[in-house]
Amino acid sequence: MEEIYAKFVSQKISKTRWRPVPAGSLQTADTFATGSWDNEENRVSLWSIGDFGNLDSDGGFEGDHQLLCDIKHHGDVMDLQTLSVGQQWTAAHYHTSPGSLSCRSAPCTGVVCSNPEIVTVGEDGRINLFRADHKEAVRTIDNADSSTLHAVTFLRTPEILTVNSIGQLKIWDFRQQGNEPSQILSLTGDRVPLHCVDRHPNQQHVVATGGQDGMLSIWDVRQGTMPVSLLKAHEAEMWEVHFHPSNPDHLFTCSEDGSLWHWDASTDAPEKSSLFHEGGRSSIFLFHSISNQANVHQSVISSWLSTDPAKDRIEITSLLPNRTLSVNSLDVLGPCLVCGTDAEAIYVTRQLFS
Amino acid sequence: MAERRGPCGIGGFGPAGSTGGARAGSSLATGAEPEARARSFGGPANSRWLRLGAMEELDGEPTVTLIPGVNSSKKQMCFDWGPGEMLVCETSFNKKEKSETVPGCPVIYIIRKDVDVYSQILRKLFNESHGIFVGLQRIEEELTGKSRKAQLVRVSKNYRSVIRACMEEMHQVAIAAKDPACSRQFSSQVSILSAMELIWNLCEILFIEVAPAGPLLLHLLDWVRLHVCEVDNLLADVLGSENPRKHESFWKLVTILVLQGRLDEARQMLSKEADSSPTSAGMCRILGDLMRTMPVLSPGTTQTLTELELKWQHWHEECERHLQDGTFASSPHLESLCKIMLGDEAALLEQKELLNNWYHFLVTRLLYSHPTVKPIDLHFYAQSSLDLFLGGESSPEPLDNILMAAFEFDIHQVIKECSIALSNWWFVAHLTDLLDHCKLLQSHNLYFGSNMREFLLLEYASGLFAHHRPSRLSSSELCSLWQLGVDYFDYCPELGRVSLELHIERIPLSTEQKALKVLRICEQRQMTEQVRSICKILAMKAVRNNRLGSALSWSIRAKDAAFATLVSDRFLRDYCERGCFSDLDLIDNLGPAMMLSDRLTFLGKYREFHRLYGEKRFVDAASLLLSLMTSQIAPRSFWMTLLTDALPLLEQKQVIFSAEQTYELMRCLEDLTSGRPVHGEPDAQRLQDDDIETTKVEMLRLALARNLARAIIKEGSLEGS
Repeated sequence: MEEIYAKFVSQKISKTRWRPVPAGSLQTADTFATGSWDNEENRVSLWSIGDFGNLDSDGGFEGDHQLLCDIKHHGDVMDLQTLSVGQQWTAAHYHTSPGSLSCRSAPCTGVVCSNPEIVTVGEDGRINLFRADHKEAVRTIDNADSSTLHAVTFLRTPEILTVNSIGQLKIWDFRQQGNEPSQILSLTGDRVPLHCVDRHPNQQHVVATGGQDGMLSIWDVRQGTMPVSLLKAHEAEMWEVHFHPSNPDHLFTCSEDGSLWHWDASTDAPEKSSLFHEGGRSSIFLFHSISNQANVHQSVISSWLSTDPAKDRIEITSLLPNRTLSVNSLDVLGPCLVCGTDAEAIYVTRQLFS
Repeated sequence: MAERRGPCGIGGFGPAGSTGGARAGSSLATGAEPEARARSFGGPANSRWLRLGAMEELDGEPTVTLIPGVNSSKKQMCFDWGPGEMLVCETSFNKKEKSETVPGCPVIYIIRKDVDVYSQILRKLFNESHGIFVGLQRIEEELTGKSRKAQLVRVSKNYRSVIRACMEEMHQVAIAAKDPACSRQFSSQVSILSAMELIWNLCEILFIEVAPAGPLLLHLLDWVRLHVCEVDNLLADVLGSENPRKHESFWKLVTILVLQGRLDEARQMLSKEADSSPTSAGMCRILGDLMRTMPVLSPGTTQTLTELELKWQHWHEECERHLQDGTFASSPHLESLCKIMLGDEAALLEQKELLNNWYHFLVTRLLYSHPTVKPIDLHFYAQSSLDLFLGGESSPEPLDNILMAAFEFDIHQVIKECSIALSNWWFVAHLTDLLDHCKLLQSHNLYFGSNMREFLLLEYASGLFAHHRPSRLSSSELCSLWQLGVDYFDYCPELGRVSLELHIERIPLSTEQKALKVLRICEQRQMTEQVRSICKILAMKAVRNNRLGSALSWSIRAKDAAFATLVSDRFLRDYCERGCFSDLDLIDNLGPAMMLSDRLTFLGKYREFHRLYGEKRFVDAASLLLSLMTSQIAPRSFWMTLLTDALPLLEQKQVIFSAEQTYELMRCLEDLTSGRPVHGEPDAQRLQDDDIETTKVEMLRLALARNLARAIIKEGSLEGS
């Protein structure tokens, strides 16, 4: 993580996503897509971080990412997902603001894909289920939420998770008819809006969400309606949270306050002094567990759910050298991380765990 | 008048409204190309163009900007100023003859300044420099003396490197551009950036670095070398050729090297000449020795200025002697080089072509005649160099005036001239801020606003907010640099906050995410009024989209009781129409926010009643229902609904309402029916309504009476047993 490349791109970045690499392949991520927002003319762009950066010897930044292609986009890009259809990876699937879905064209705020299914949610509180080979929506849940749905992710295949602007985490099962969620989880009382959600890649009941107050909440969707733990994190809206897809003891969050954090909960972590030397704000936070349920019966205790305060130290490293404007989006894949900011810069690192 | 947005007339006027060369008589109004004067600056391109406006008078003459499609000689125009732009349209005001109404042009023109903001590359400049700016504001005030100065110089260098990076990129684009007009436009931007960097660099040396006599000249030499850098290409070209000595530009190159004080390199070139031509070998060696022995101040030694001056004097005399003796008489090239090294003005002026500009002439002249020039004497040499160089043939241009003002250490004049000449506020705002941090501007106060730094920062930040401001006529355009502007306003202690308040309310809120970002900015700064207004806008939007839940949560966030009441009424009305509640996920989870307004409390409690009823907790439900009426939380208009809701509870098998509660209910019912106004002129519909109402009241009375009887019996028998 010592080397973070920054590039100013003349557009505010709202989303960044890596192109997925085939499972089991040894190749590292080398292509990512970005979406811009709040511009006169928004764009979805593809970038490459191939090694050809070394070729231009005269002052060219080594490993700098290069623009592959881009496409104009009507409206702000709110969310991006990659969808591999067939053999050829075509382009980023995107779906955005003036959604043709509702007659009043409410902004669509989130999209998630699991080939061939695509789920979108929007400010109109509606959930749409599409299939890549169908023209029309396969399923629409009107008034799924009384407030704005901010993000969506798959839990298990027919089940999805949504977060909304009144602090609720809802589980929806497409096998059930009607427009009621199968489960509602929430923090009681304060209704702090939740902005992002991600599911643990291996333990599907472990879910992380980020809220308007910058809190990171870890939930166990199998039990209780309260989060297992609440961690004080950023000073402003947490825009995105991601478990590392292949190393889920690591978690990444970014926020409106211009910070990008790496949370390391690996239980075997000795004093990793190496994490601390590169500037930035590095600090250790104690894991505050508010859960009163003992999870002792679990055979495999996730490091994110364990409630033993003695060993629950999470190391947090700030990845960006100095604070800028809001970091709107991040994505991790293998050792690579990309994030985009309102300061119109894209940051890429390829040595996350070095 | 049909409000349609026409093509934008984009006037290229700068902060003081001058870009075209008004003095030369050409202006946009005459349809001529904006006057551009050639001026070589060096830099990556061979020729640079700097387009600067007229600056004869204090504030320059205004230029005329022609708006395409508007004929002001035939039509009356009206206009209105906005921050950073102007609206212009034709009026139908038509002198006295009002008989014929000529169909006017249904177009409103938006005229913007700061056109540079459109450039993609300049956006990088704005974004990168924003980071530097914020960093500079956070420099610890405690840092004093050397470390502070070093910090400030570093910041200044960072700014310059950002300008340079932009310039390089712009240059690449200019080369790559296929359309010549486009290419010309980019080239002119390159020249402007190059001039900015030149001015900034000089200011850095004179005002920030504050180099004393001795090191001052070394800095100035670096300055000239950096900005007149064609020589590097030439050097590579000559050295790359088969026989450098035979290269047509060999002597040109050697001369330039000597002019720039790069004597080591010049000596190497001379040795090549010596190797190949035995006749001049002796002369070359002598001149080379002179070059080698020229005393220069080397940083890090303890040599005093007086020592240096003595040595230099001695060396100068030696050069003089060689010239007098005619050592180089047989080689005009070498002789002229020797004259240059003697600081001979005539010899220097012969090399006008190679010097490019007067400030190069100045620095070379200082190098070979006054190497220990004091900062205080600079302006004297600068003025005479300018006069000598121009030789009365042409008058100084804006850039010359700016540099001259810098040599005179007149910071305010520098900033003023830059404001007039450059086409956006970026440069002056950042430079002034930096100089202010060097504590150089304290004394100067404006008769308006606060001080100069703040004034310029405010102008720049307002420009960022105005960038791509959507007009009322079109909502498709979005402004996108406003987030940068916020930080600039933050560091304007006097008027920054007020300006931010005014600007932030005018940001179009296209999506909730954008609204959240704006809200966060307001909340961080405790701008409660703006928070309220933004939440209200969003709540209104939600109501219009029939998203009551969303509207309610926005009004709760804004703590807007009136609006919460309005939304609650909508909920209750929907309930009365449909018989079921919507948005239960929100209403069931209101928590303490329920207390925001009475109506909202009622809504929450009424929903709670339904939940209790649904859970068959009849006794709790009944007492809640009654308390809603007796505590006057429930609006009168809703009482009948509540009483009707009591009916099934009255009809339950077991007694739910106690005798006392039943009395209360009866009193409520009587209150309601007695207070009813008498309607005149009953129509059929009302008759029918009244009919239903009467039946309802009758049914209620019957149920209440029966319940009362049962309650009395039950309570009596309980007491009796």
